[in-house]
Amino acid sequence: MKREPLIEVHGAAAPLLRDDVDTDQIIPSAYLKDMNADMAQGLLAYMRRTSDGQVNHDFVLERPAFKAAPILIVGSNFGCGSSREHAVWAIKAFGIRCVIGVAMADFFRENCVNNGVLPISLEMPAWNELSQWAVAAEGQQALHVSLALGVIKTNAGQQWHFEIASHARTLLMEGLDDIGLTLKHISAIEAWEARTARQRPFLQSCPAIST
Amino acid sequence: MTHTLFDKIWALHHVDTRADGKHLLYMDRHAVHELHAPHAFGLLDENERTVRRTDLTMVVQDHTVPTRPGVIRISPHIQATLQAGLRHGVKVLDVNDPEHGIVHVVTPELGIALPGLTLACPDSHASTVGAIGCLAFGCGTTELVHVLSTQVMAMEKPRQMRIWLDGSLSDWVNAKDVALALIRRMGVSAARSTAVEYCGPVVEAMDIESRMTLCNMTIEWGGRTCLIAPDEKTIAWCKGRRGAPQGQAWDEALAWWRTLHTDAKAVFDEEHHLDCTDLSPQLTWGTDPAQVIGINEAVPQPMALDASAQDRATRALAYMAVKAGQSLDGLTIDRVFIGSCSNARLPDLRTAARVVQGRQVAAGVQALVVPGSSTIKRQAEAEGLDQIFLQAGFEWREAGCSMCAGANGDIGSPGQRCVATSNRNFENRQGRDVRTHLASPAMAAAAAIAGHLTDVRRLMETKA
Repeated sequence: MKREPLIEVHGAAAPLLRDDVDTDQIIPSAYLKDMNADMAQGLLAYMRRTSDGQVNHDFVLERPAFKAAPILIVGSNFGCGSSREHAVWAIKAFGIRCVIGVAMADFFRENCVNNGVLPISLEMPAWNELSQWAVAAEGQQALHVSLALGVIKTNAGQQWHFEIASHARTLLMEGLDDIGLTLKHISAIEAWEARTARQRPFLQSCPAIST
Repeated sequence: MTHTLFDKIWALHHVDTRADGKHLLYMDRHAVHELHAPHAFGLLDENERTVRRTDLTMVVQDHTVPTRPGVIRISPHIQATLQAGLRHGVKVLDVNDPEHGIVHVVTPELGIALPGLTLACPDSHASTVGAIGCLAFGCGTTELVHVLSTQVMAMEKPRQMRIWLDGSLSDWVNAKDVALALIRRMGVSAARSTAVEYCGPVVEAMDIESRMTLCNMTIEWGGRTCLIAPDEKTIAWCKGRRGAPQGQAWDEALAWWRTLHTDAKAVFDEEHHLDCTDLSPQLTWGTDPAQVIGINEAVPQPMALDASAQDRATRALAYMAVKAGQSLDGLTIDRVFIGSCSNARLPDLRTAARVVQGRQVAAGVQALVVPGSSTIKRQAEAEGLDQIFLQAGFEWREAGCSMCAGANGDIGSPGQRCVATSNRNFENRQGRDVRTHLASPAMAAAAAIAGHLTDVRRLMETKA
């Protein structure tokens, strides 16, 4: 499951400055029911369109400047709720490759990394500055995110550093296959299974499944 | 050496550490549901991989299952899952299986989840089985493929937090009220990247099903997973279940399970106490599970909340069409949903039936009971609970996730107000513009009878 490496992201940064945007908002369950649903349409569907299907042109992702934005700036606890990976699939299908917020939900952050989307959590002071910049820029100036350097920059030279777990950085930058990394440890897995089958055999067999 | 309960199970299952620092934790059991299965098996096929341990893996159909009686229970996900299961030699607990149900309900019911074991399940409510001391981790689809391929999960070690639930619960106050009060106190992200252990006299007094309700709600305040130390109640509950060890293996398991508790001097990253003695029935007033009040309290003024919570509260008030300062008691409702992995087990249905017995659902209210599994449904029918619900005007449905996530089409209409025993009151979750109030089965049943939000304790003082 090798992916395209993600090293840098450049472009418009769409500000969606709400806290606690949950996965039911990111991708409503109506879009989970259909196995071939248009995930890009489903992204934040109820914020983008009224119940009769009218486009809400005031909503950030429906404004012309942000329709192709590769960067989304969000509030705190973004992606809370369900572990549905569909939330990240929708974000990626829309064209977003980097989400910048404050302390994202665990499942969402992990699902991002597994799909080649860069999740960045900033400290509040940096987030405040960046979000103010994004609101003022209105998508007319590009933001530059370098995963290699751990830096977010504006054209005017404003910059913010960010931290990301080393395994997430490696996976994203090398487009690595996480399963491949684990399979290097296959002999340890086999040894664990053999030892456990001797010491606590019932862990290694489940009559409720195999019969 | 002193260890927490979490440390003990973690250490036993720790296989190796990868060069990138991720820990490989062995997953003794893997339970998948059909919202992910077709995508996950598709990814396996694309990459020419196979399921490493088909004998430890099971797929359950729950999210998209139609629950109306007599309806053919099929969906594109259900069909694709069946095909994928056949292709990969993985057992599918299909909709027509007599033991079919919600994944978090059936895994302990069948003894697939057991104390001391690890369980992977691609769902945020995986930690429900922490109630019997089974260490469970939710995940997304990619990580699910990882577990299918390797039988380990690659993860960072979570922080650890212990929650003491002190005092005792009064009549008609139960695990759901405790969970809601706790989330109100802690906030929706306090347990992020954290493994929680629940303990204290209130936990000890709870039956296993109540503990499941409590554990089910852990993700609603951000938790990665949770545990409750197995005790004699746990052991009695697990005994004889199909996946449980038998004979000498059972005796050996018992000896091990009795060591599964946090040692006296073990240290947590954080500990908190919640005194439950004066707790009243709780309800959510807003659109996140921390926006909670007791039935006898007033909806808070946004200005009285933390600065960070004010905007969110103002938006929630508008969405929910409730006013700051008002009481929820008396607010007219349109729907009642008693179901979900949070509260659809037999004791939940018994409690709701006690409230409903001899009474009628108020005119204009659509009320559903959706058992958590087909087994629970049969047990409830054997006790006559279905007749109590049906005579009162409730619908008695087939098992499934139903209106909790609405992925099977069980949703409300715009503007409807719903009382639900499920775990999420997010905007639009139960249908576009549907207003959800989370509550216990007793409170949900009482609302169905009254036609408005009400205090179940007051209803039960009047004669049926």
